[in-house]
Amino acid sequence: MSTARPWPDDDVSRVPYRVYTDPDIHAREQERIFRGPTWNFLCLEAEIPNPGDYRTSVIGDAPIVVVRGRDGGIAALVNRCAHKGALVCYKPRGNVSEFTCVYHNWTYDLDGRLTGVAFRRGVRGEGGMEEGFEPGAHGLRRLRTRTRNGLVFATFSDEAPDLETYIGRDMLSALDRVFVKPVRVLGYHSQVLPNNWKLYAENTKDSYHATLLHVFHNTFGIVRFTMGGGIRLSENGWHHLSFTERSADGSEREGAEAVRSLKEQYALEDPSLMEHRLELGDRITNSIQTIFPTLVVQQILNALAVRQLVPRGPGECELRWTVLGFEDDDESLEALRLKVNNLVGPAGYVSMEDGCIGGFIDTATRSAPEERSFMRMGGTAIEPAGASRVTEAAVRGFWRAWRDCMAL
Amino acid sequence: MTGAGEAPAARIARLNTAYAHAIDDDRLEDWPGFFTDDGLYRIVTRENREAGLPLAIVHCDGAAMMRDRVRAMRTANIFEPHTYCHTLGAAEIAEGEDGIHTARTNFTVVRTMHSGAMSIFACGRYLDRIVEADGALRFAERIVVCDSRTVDTLLVVPL
Repeated sequence: MSTARPWPDDDVSRVPYRVYTDPDIHAREQERIFRGPTWNFLCLEAEIPNPGDYRTSVIGDAPIVVVRGRDGGIAALVNRCAHKGALVCYKPRGNVSEFTCVYHNWTYDLDGRLTGVAFRRGVRGEGGMEEGFEPGAHGLRRLRTRTRNGLVFATFSDEAPDLETYIGRDMLSALDRVFVKPVRVLGYHSQVLPNNWKLYAENTKDSYHATLLHVFHNTFGIVRFTMGGGIRLSENGWHHLSFTERSADGSEREGAEAVRSLKEQYALEDPSLMEHRLELGDRITNSIQTIFPTLVVQQILNALAVRQLVPRGPGECELRWTVLGFEDDDESLEALRLKVNNLVGPAGYVSMEDGCIGGFIDTATRSAPEERSFMRMGGTAIEPAGASRVTEAAVRGFWRAWRDCMAL
Repeated sequence: MTGAGEAPAARIARLNTAYAHAIDDDRLEDWPGFFTDDGLYRIVTRENREAGLPLAIVHCDGAAMMRDRVRAMRTANIFEPHTYCHTLGAAEIAEGEDGIHTARTNFTVVRTMHSGAMSIFACGRYLDRIVEADGALRFAERIVVCDSRTVDTLLVVPL
């Protein structure tokens, strides 16, 4: 690192711009965050329903393969052959009875144990692997793996607490709220963003920007009968939940009529995409939940998704959306979800700006590594907030988590 | 414009060209007019389509939703200014029942940013159902299948 202390004090409301661009910090994040004591979202159980089903994923820069075993259990393995380090699974998904590295045909079972080495005994007495070779010492690295509500998480770390403790009681109940029954994948989005991953991570925790950067609702005079809401944080500040909910006084109506325009000239011609069917047993219309470091769980009306943020070097990241419905959705509910999803994703009416705003910061801060942001909405505290959600507390919580891991 | 006497292939080629040039010339207010009132416009990825997954990046069920898309882009959404240049392949056409034509046309869209940076933003195929309405050809359905699973930064201008 070019300075001994990139962050000269303990203030998490003022972030030195260096942390978004410095390659040494990026490398340290891989070691201390992604291969450190964090639980990382990998995929959904619903994507690998049958024994032998696998899909690839990542934790930071590390390639991972998640596989359903013969006993129905799930293993997360580092996708790197113990021989020469090649990818063992080079296709994104599939079904296998064992893993075979294409380079020299080393084979592994679904738990990652090495089961075969081509020409181990040589050919007609010539060549072959050295004496004393122990296959048991050359498996694919198997990570601690845990599922919750069909979400698969893994950690490289033996020191990370169990997943439930890591997420914390309040945040767990928020997570349980969305996954009330088996989900079905409706499809995937991917966005490559021209900025450091942390800028997007901050943005998802920044409820202050929601109505200011994303002016779709205001422009079209859409009144949302969302009277309540707030920000919740895990005890350590690492994870957050931001939500809005309808009033319970009966003034709201179901469906598209619940939305109207104050300015007729700017009204949506077809407001059906704002229709909302309450389906999660409460009156919450929007909820965004983050689990440090890179998971976002989203409910925007009936648009449900998990987003996995993937760093790609200091200056770029990929946002992978898995868009969900429930297994028991009927045709009309699925049609509604497809329509409501116009609000989110790479072309989302209230999310597309999140694709470019990080790049605007990246362009403007590259020349000023020693300067710092100023995020004092709500002061310097990391604490819950009420319905206005005009606070940067959850963003400060992100930096608390980051500094706890990074020891910087 | 000539109409009924002209060969369908020539008319569809003209429709494709006019559609692409309307977008490339930033005449987006004309874009919904290329569709029937209840026309369907979807941008999907090849990955989702081949997996049988229904999600779209943009899903406009009717010209009213398309007009909303254009007005949101003009008045609400924020993005770095950029332009598209479409390059189209020749349409492969089949005539179905009731005068409905189905067509597949490959496209490439180069995006040029205000900074001057150029990139291939999208490449793929249009899968169309084309009908005769009021003496002109219109899209009853245009499914834009993008070969890449990834969108660079954001998508706001229709493809």
